[in-house]
Amino acid sequence: MAIKVEHEIHGRRKGRNFGVGLLLAAFIALVFALTVVKVLQLGEARQFEKFDHVARPAIIPQEEGVVE
Amino acid sequence: MTDMSVQDREYETSMGDYFALLKPRVMSLVIFTALVGMLVAPVPVHPFIGFIGILCIAVGAGASGALNMWWDADIDSLMKRTSKRPIPSGRVQPGEALGIGLALSGFSVVLLLLATNVFAAGLLAFTIFFYTVVYSMWLKRLTPQNIVIGGAAGAFPPMVGWAVATGSVGIESILMFALIFMWTPPHFWALALFVKTDYGDAGVPMLTETHGRDATRKHVIVYAVLLVPVALGLGFTSIGGPVYLATALFFNAWFLKGCFDIWRRDDDAADADGYLVERKVFKVSLYYLFAHFVALLVEAVLRANSVGVW
Repeated sequence: MAIKVEHEIHGRRKGRNFGVGLLLAAFIALVFALTVVKVLQLGEARQFEKFDHVARPAIIPQEEGVVE
Repeated sequence: MTDMSVQDREYETSMGDYFALLKPRVMSLVIFTALVGMLVAPVPVHPFIGFIGILCIAVGAGASGALNMWWDADIDSLMKRTSKRPIPSGRVQPGEALGIGLALSGFSVVLLLLATNVFAAGLLAFTIFFYTVVYSMWLKRLTPQNIVIGGAAGAFPPMVGWAVATGSVGIESILMFALIFMWTPPHFWALALFVKTDYGDAGVPMLTETHGRDATRKHVIVYAVLLVPVALGLGFTSIGGPVYLATALFFNAWFLKGCFDIWRRDDDAADADGYLVERKVFKVSLYYLFAHFVALLVEAVLRANSVGVW
């Protein structure tokens, strides 16, 4: 009888690793899709600049009569 | 060498074993009631945000199930019904269940916060806390009213679903909570009357054993009577309507009649016909909850098509 290299445990382990991989991929897809939906819900895409933690003078409303 | 030690050394936990920790059957009821709670709310939800909301509620419920199995592993191994669960059967280690439960709790609450609102996420966190700490750890082994307390944990999902859409709580979501809360005791105690349980061997006080079966029959009719105004009251809120009211009237009359029959008879009569009435009432209770929530959905569809009456 040929030596069986693949034990039942290996198949089970493979299934588990495959499952974890699928879950991680699904998680990434979920977060990406959620980001897309949230950004599109902002209406104007420029609004998204508010969340990038960088000062954007261009999107700050200018007060009337203020001369720099 | 014992069988157990062979299993310890060679058993490789599968994804299915981990999935079983999440109590998938309980999860399906949670998904259904939470979905109805979200869809009947007056604020429309983006379909993908709604999907994430229901996913988080389902994962949160699964996390509670894993934490419950971790805590109750000692009594689960003593009872026939639960002895084949992943931890008592040795397929999953207790530490793994604890880790999965905590990780999924955090995942579901944080994702719900990011996707929807702080109120829905807070309510989901409270639901997990309530089921795990208040019910499983504290009161389940302390009082024969444990079913009532456990029922509260199972009643939160439509409230969380409603909060996903509205970011708040309303009389409608409170009444949906109350409907499941008041329905759970007669539903479960009807089952407890005809199924021989071994909760006593595990030291879990069940009403049928601590106060006797006649007292349980009285409890069934009392809760069934208290359930009626809650179920009918929901029909007069903004999510109710004639379809819901007609459904509620029919099913409350049917359920009440069954619970009345349970109260009027004793174990001798039940033994004689093989607990026919108790079995029937348990089955009716399943239809009861399903019908009420489907009727709420029908009303929402009618409203969306401008056919709603109030």
